Amino acid sequence: MKAPRYRGVLPSKFWKAELTREGYGRTLVELGHSNPRVVALDADLSQSTLTKYFAAEFPDRFFEMGISEQDMVNTAGGLSLMGFVPFLSSYAIFLTSRSLDQVRNTVDYTQLNVKIAAAHGGISVGRDGPSHQSMEDLSNMLVLPNMTVVVPADKPQAEAVTRWAADYVGPVYFRLGREKVPTITDGEGFFEHAKAQTVIEGEDGTILACGLMVSEAIKAAELLAKDSVFPRVVNMATLKPLDTVAIDAAAQETGAIVTAEEHSVFGGLGSVVARHIVQSDRRIPMRIVGIPDIYLTSGAPEELLEVAGLTAQNIATKLKEALGAK
Amino acid sequence: MNVTATSSPSLDTLREQAREIRRDIILMVNHARSGHPGGPLSAADYLTVLWFKYLRCDPLKPFWEKRDRFVLSNGHCSALNYALLARRGFFNPGYLLTFRTLDSRLVGHPSRKKLPYLEVSTGSLGQGLSVAHGMALGARLHGWDEVTVYCNCGDGEMQEGNCWEAVTTAGHKKSDNLVLLVDYNNVQIDGFLPKVKDLAPLAEKLRAFRWRVIEADGHDFQQIDRAFAEARKRTGKPTAILFRTVMMKGCPSFEDNPGWHGRPPTDDEARVMLRELGYDDDLEAARASLGSREFRPAVPLDEMP
Repeated sequence: MKAPRYRGVLPSKFWKAELTREGYGRTLVELGHSNPRVVALDADLSQSTLTKYFAAEFPDRFFEMGISEQDMVNTAGGLSLMGFVPFLSSYAIFLTSRSLDQVRNTVDYTQLNVKIAAAHGGISVGRDGPSHQSMEDLSNMLVLPNMTVVVPADKPQAEAVTRWAADYVGPVYFRLGREKVPTITDGEGFFEHAKAQTVIEGEDGTILACGLMVSEAIKAAELLAKDSVFPRVVNMATLKPLDTVAIDAAAQETGAIVTAEEHSVFGGLGSVVARHIVQSDRRIPMRIVGIPDIYLTSGAPEELLEVAGLTAQNIATKLKEALGAK
Repeated sequence: MNVTATSSPSLDTLREQAREIRRDIILMVNHARSGHPGGPLSAADYLTVLWFKYLRCDPLKPFWEKRDRFVLSNGHCSALNYALLARRGFFNPGYLLTFRTLDSRLVGHPSRKKLPYLEVSTGSLGQGLSVAHGMALGARLHGWDEVTVYCNCGDGEMQEGNCWEAVTTAGHKKSDNLVLLVDYNNVQIDGFLPKVKDLAPLAEKLRAFRWRVIEADGHDFQQIDRAFAEARKRTGKPTAILFRTVMMKGCPSFEDNPGWHGRPPTDDEARVMLRELGYDDDLEAARASLGSREFRPAVPLDEMP
């Protein structure tokens, strides 16, 4: 039996579980030392978003805003206009719904150099229930013309994205999770703006995934290998700007696409990939694995992911379905 | 460096400057057949005093980093902001007549991307004070003690929740380089504030949030002048100046009428307004007197940082 051809990632049996927000919080401190213009803001969640490390190290450059997300977003905007590089954090659902007007009309419209690091993205938040789960944050950010939207797959990539965001000039939204997620990366974290990363080589269809679902996609590829099906797996960490070259290559070279994301099927990775595919000359079969159009409930993260169909098994099933429709 | 206008202009000069700016506003909104005349005319006196006497800015160094900042949070009063910029010398007055047209930098509500002299884009009410406070915190972090950040809000705008988040934060953080200007004309789109949703007692509310509050007649130039002189002093608290004003001030037949929030005057109405301001009512001649409608900035815009 052939094994999947891994590129830059480890087989699932070697994974350990780590926090993406830990990667963010620690890297922010590192940036604080290397770049005096980096500042941070939080809205009473620094213990969760882990901006607390920055706050402890650089108290003068940390702005505790209290429970006021709208105020925080625009205060960050004002700091950026004075030449600082503000990173602001809260939970994904609050930043992209409560303060959407501020993100849209102040930060994105004015194209301010503000970095929105959104913790507790997706439904793997778990037992707090739907008020704290974000199924729509990526959708809300993807419609903003100037926003870069990134979903790191694991802790090393979250570190790489944080470093990159400090150097990039312009608004950035990146999503972090609450739970520990598999560290799939073999070695140093990798991130290149607007560039998808093939993590498993293959020709039997392609799984395009982001965030936590990259690890599920790799597990799906491992399952499929037992049936001698060898899909390509691509980490689509940047949802915007979209790496259409990687999508076209997947369509051309593998003939079927499954997208996988911890986000509503409306408006996330599946939507942007589908929009590209239906307008291209290669209208290949495609399936979208994402959160169905419902509110979930309380539960263990793995239970909720199972209910929503965000599993390796489901991805594998959908891939076979798509391949059968070629 | 030309940091404070033209060497402390007299109050009479400022009064005359405000009158000219009112004419600009009426010509802009009338010519565009679109826009908001009411708020700009109500804030014209005190913002003229700010821009021509107190705001530390320089049209020849528009992006000088230690300039004072001005944020027009009630972005629908953009015509006033544009007229102030033009009359203060950032670009030519004739360009004001391109207001709200497709190729113009003078977008209906302020767009910094189109006109970088604007410190931030505004229009969705309630957002400017938080941005201004961010600038004030930034100035303090830089150690630029001389920088004052001014933010203009409509009184109706103060009904927005985001304003009160910013008011709470700035009071808590003792940001005394932040000055909020409230255009207290008591009028909003659906009627008079006391009827729609009363803010009174606004001064007491702001004081309770740890602000220093100055109240002034927004059309009395001596009171305006004293208020701005006082507001520059650092007291360990953010400052709010509540300017009691009259919407459409300067055009008595139209004053204090909620209908003029966002309706452009017809040619006939505009002629009456110009007459009431003390100008000749020939609209064509008035427009021609503003000069070229090509964009002519004092310094090329590519010098933006």
